[in-house]
Amino acid sequence: MRAPILEVLGLEAYYGKSHILHGVTFHVGEAEIVGLLGRNGVGRSTTIKAIMGDVPPRGSIRFRGEEIAGLKPHQTALKGLGYVPETRDIFPGLTVRQNLQLGEKAGKSSGRWAMDDMFRMFPQLEERADMRAGVLSGGEQQMLTICRTLMGDPDLVMIDEPTEGLSPMMVEHVGRLLEEIARRGVAILLIEQKLTIALKIAHRLYVMGHGKIVYEGTAADLATAADIRKEWLEV
Amino acid sequence: MLQLITFSTLNGVLYGMLLFMMASGLTLIFSMMGVLNFAHASFYMLGAYFGFEISRRIGFWPGFVLAPLLVGVIGALVERYGLRHLHRRGQVSELLFTFGLAFVIEELVQMIWGKLPVDYRVPPQLDFVAFRLFDTTYPAYRVFMLLIAIAMFAALLTVLTRTRVGLIIQAALTHPDMVAMLGHDVPKIFMLVFGAGAALAGLAGVIAGPALVTQPDMASLLGPILFVVIVVGGLGSLTGAFFASLLIGLVQTFAVAMNFSFAEVLGPVAPPFLGDLWKVTIAELAPVVPYLLLVLVLIFRPTGLMGRRES
Repeated sequence: MRAPILEVLGLEAYYGKSHILHGVTFHVGEAEIVGLLGRNGVGRSTTIKAIMGDVPPRGSIRFRGEEIAGLKPHQTALKGLGYVPETRDIFPGLTVRQNLQLGEKAGKSSGRWAMDDMFRMFPQLEERADMRAGVLSGGEQQMLTICRTLMGDPDLVMIDEPTEGLSPMMVEHVGRLLEEIARRGVAILLIEQKLTIALKIAHRLYVMGHGKIVYEGTAADLATAADIRKEWLEV
Repeated sequence: MLQLITFSTLNGVLYGMLLFMMASGLTLIFSMMGVLNFAHASFYMLGAYFGFEISRRIGFWPGFVLAPLLVGVIGALVERYGLRHLHRRGQVSELLFTFGLAFVIEELVQMIWGKLPVDYRVPPQLDFVAFRLFDTTYPAYRVFMLLIAIAMFAALLTVLTRTRVGLIIQAALTHPDMVAMLGHDVPKIFMLVFGAGAALAGLAGVIAGPALVTQPDMASLLGPILFVVIVVGGLGSLTGAFFASLLIGLVQTFAVAMNFSFAEVLGPVAPPFLGDLWKVTIAELAPVVPYLLLVLVLIFRPTGLMGRRES
């Protein structure tokens, strides 16, 4: 078993008055790709936001053995957690290059990734480096969001629905990128609803339902667990 | 006529640039934090009074440097220990807070410096005639004001577009949460922007104080015009605020200079109804013009000249 980099224990979170997370417990190992699956509204995105500190968490969140529950989002990010939101949230008025520059953290010398690495992986980004990010296609924006987060040299990246709305070719591309990221020693928590790439690239999978983890296993395990897929995943 | 146009344009641009020094901070603060800062013009007044106080003790130039810095620090403290705590309670609390703050500052200024205008003078080094055109002189101090305003504009533009902090500010205008998740301390950026905005308003006060009148109601006189500028320009749009500042500056200056009435222009064709209203000169209407513009813009283009956000 890999040494855990992120351990979440009994995580609870509220959105206003509604209780979204009812004790979520899971872990992610060093350089491991872990899928967090489940239907819309079961609390997958809230889990990530609570870990980042964007939604106030209750329970324990340990990153590299250190308790990080209660930190503000920018403090969490500086500890080495990266977040790629489902809404992508590129900065539309800035250029592609400026978007990437903003991914770099203040006072941190260059880490695993340089801008040239990003351009090598995605030549389109280099071609459009000095264009406003707002004019990029959906797929290019997704690439940019992932690359922007990587520029901050995180040890764990949490990615929310990276393949939503992308062409099959782009989906393939994103899948390869995520594997490349993991090979460089960065752990990935991948959130997906439709299992587009999670079954292919994730080392382990969790299934969420009603604000809890309801299943844990490998892709092969899940393939044989028809009841789980039927109850918690298939629409 | 040519003389009127030349000098009105010069003064209009000068007034517009002064407005922009304040409107830029106000609109940046609004688009980042969603706070319409009613106390922004009070920072302008504080700048003028601090400038006056320092100039009479150690001279104009130390005041020129220190007063804006002091106002900036006060602005940062207001954000850090006032607004930041109120942010959770929503915009109404923040609005009321800045509204109250404006009155507190006005009262304090009256208590310390009295209700009458103070004798804040143009420094002797700048108290001469810069040039003479069509038999009219133009004071050097006004040229100095214009240069400072242009320099500030250039500095602001450079910081916003060429520096890392500027990029973070631009990104935080639209996506503050994402900026924080990339590891940038957004509350600290808010505090800096608020402080810098206050300092800019303070600088405007320092340079405008000797040219205009430094008195306790200078904030409440100017405040409404500032709101006109940022609404006409489009809430949250810096470019919009720039053009709206110049527009308001020019419109007001030209209106004041036009010392004739519609009755004189229209002569005998002036319709008989509305009676004496036709005899009001355009100069007399000048104070109303910005607000008329505000109402018209809100009716016909609610997002302002360059605004994108519905608010």
